[in-house]
Amino acid sequence: MIAPVEAILILPATAIPVLALISSYRLGAMVNIFACALTLTAATALLFTEHPRSDLIIIDDFNIFLIILTTFVGFTTSIFSATYLAHEIEIGRLTPVLLRFYHAMYQALMFAMNVALIANNIGLMWVGVEVATLSTVMMVGIYRTPEAIEAAWKYFILGSVGIGLAFFGTILVYLVAQEVVGEGLPAMSWDLLVRSAPMLDPKLLSLAFVFLLVGYGTKVGLAPFHAWLPDAHAEGPTPISAVLSGLLLNVALYALLRFKMVLAGNASAIDVGAIMVGLGLISLVFAAFMLYRRRDIKRLFAYSSIEHMGIAAFAFGMGGPLANFAGLLHMTMHSLIKSGIFFAVGHIAQVKGTQRIAAISGISVTHPVLALLFSLGVIAIAGLPPFGMFTSEFMLVSSTFARQPALSIVLVAGLLIAFGALILRLQDIVFGEPTGETHPAQASYIPAYVHLTVVLIAGLWLPGPVVQWFRGVAALLG
Amino acid sequence: MSRLQFDVAHLLAGGMLVLSFALLYQDRIIAVINVFALQAIALSLSVAWQALVQNAPHLLVTAAIALVVKGFVVPFFLQRIVRALQIHRGIEQVIGAGPTMLTGLGLVALSILLVQPVGEVSIYVREDLAFALAVILLGLLLMITRRNAVTQVIGFMSLENGLVLAATGAKGMPLVVEISVAFSILIAFIVFGVFVFRMRERFDTVDVSALDRFRGERRDVA
Repeated sequence: MIAPVEAILILPATAIPVLALISSYRLGAMVNIFACALTLTAATALLFTEHPRSDLIIIDDFNIFLIILTTFVGFTTSIFSATYLAHEIEIGRLTPVLLRFYHAMYQALMFAMNVALIANNIGLMWVGVEVATLSTVMMVGIYRTPEAIEAAWKYFILGSVGIGLAFFGTILVYLVAQEVVGEGLPAMSWDLLVRSAPMLDPKLLSLAFVFLLVGYGTKVGLAPFHAWLPDAHAEGPTPISAVLSGLLLNVALYALLRFKMVLAGNASAIDVGAIMVGLGLISLVFAAFMLYRRRDIKRLFAYSSIEHMGIAAFAFGMGGPLANFAGLLHMTMHSLIKSGIFFAVGHIAQVKGTQRIAAISGISVTHPVLALLFSLGVIAIAGLPPFGMFTSEFMLVSSTFARQPALSIVLVAGLLIAFGALILRLQDIVFGEPTGETHPAQASYIPAYVHLTVVLIAGLWLPGPVVQWFRGVAALLG
Repeated sequence: MSRLQFDVAHLLAGGMLVLSFALLYQDRIIAVINVFALQAIALSLSVAWQALVQNAPHLLVTAAIALVVKGFVVPFFLQRIVRALQIHRGIEQVIGAGPTMLTGLGLVALSILLVQPVGEVSIYVREDLAFALAVILLGLLLMITRRNAVTQVIGFMSLENGLVLAATGAKGMPLVVEISVAFSILIAFIVFGVFVFRMRERFDTVDVSALDRFRGERRDVA
């Protein structure tokens, strides 16, 4: 019997070669879903097992919740992906050979994200993020149109430079830690780093964080390092946009937060919180304005992802129990809502045959079910009650107002500007003059509705154990 | 480590830095590739030296990878690509060679300033770090100032040389070999990408500014 910790790595790793060998794309899609379901089961089992400390693997409250979120969204996306890809095969945009490759890369991505999340070793985590980047690059370029190649190339180069710089930061952290902890693996493990943080050399540690921030910040998509993000979201297959926004950005933010925990333990190091607050606000305001000028529907929601990652970075930058709680809730809600929206957007773009917003309107007449799903998603992402994102944004605004009234003005302004842009677009797309194709959509609605239901429940009533859980993690983050 | 051991390490790292500067002013692609190959060989010597003085034989694997993959295989394939695409003319520069070199000097000064005043870590290790950081920043500079996809790739690989230099200089750092393998895979993907995407076929040029024509935002067609 293998332990759940091993299972969440072994399952996707075995699925990679298996999926690469299956030539029937229908069977491939089924196996993909099955592998994701098993991984999700194993991830849930993590809640009920003991986790002895090791130099390579760490399981604490912080990453268990992210692992479950990651495998859950990975599972629902694999269901959406099956119907989405069947349509792409039908219209000849993808070939069965490419799909074999796609499914293998999908599992490689799940594997790499799980490695990054459970690693107790900053080097191993870096490898996880790198492999995750590579596998998504391959999938972004899969349509091989000039736009897709440009997007993949840009993502590749910016992502590689980003993780390159993050690696330099990682080396610096090791150099600092080996003076205190001693050479070898222990000097790279999270728990020992946090414990010995007060003794670490503050100057070199601060320098390291600058590199880590630019490096992993590029992967989070914080402005001004976000240039790859909208292209990669718009030009790749929609299931990949969903996992990029919903999961990979979270993983990169998780890496930053772990390093933040180390620096927070050192009194003389730079104030990481202030930098994150600054970058978060810049991303929020910048993305909010950019939302108005988008002509491509997937690009619109890519900028919305920059906005929400900015909000989350701001929340964690503020720190303290309440703001951290809001940040965690916001990360979770954003993952669920944004991937749900991409499920809807994927089907909308397929039935209309275009991603241009101008060419998509009046879907409430032509595709009522899809329109309802899409509207609920946009209402949720805009932060309206009764959805969970209202809760997290409300908590964040109120806690910021109590501590830094000036910052809360910027925050609220950014939120309102973004809100306006989204509602404006929602009107055109859903209620405008009906255009284009009216044939019924072959869609899988269940994954998106499941996501929105969870978000709705979170908005109305957060269960006690979950609140307790988030509180614990918020305290851990300091 | 004794003084002499550090001096040799610094000599090799300094050689890499000089080659980084040499990369900046080349105006033919083939020459850029050759200088890069030389830098990779200098890196493998430097890593091999670290393996010797740190008594860490596993670093020899990293040295061998640097020598074989980046010193010979990758330059060979890049030259083939360049010849196949017939782009061995000049390189379009965003900024001229003079200002680029001056900026490069500024970056070296910056990396020394960043690393030098830093507390308890020993002076020799910090000098190693300063060299590595300078190579990394010059690699970035090369990526920014050249428009050609092949030179951008070389800029990235030169940056990565700096990273490997830093990692092997950090005494006893675990997973260095694994990470250098991961980097080699990354590089293989990049080179493969240039080759497979065959930018020339699709864009008639490997000048990445041509990609800007396809800037993502789709224009509304009236």
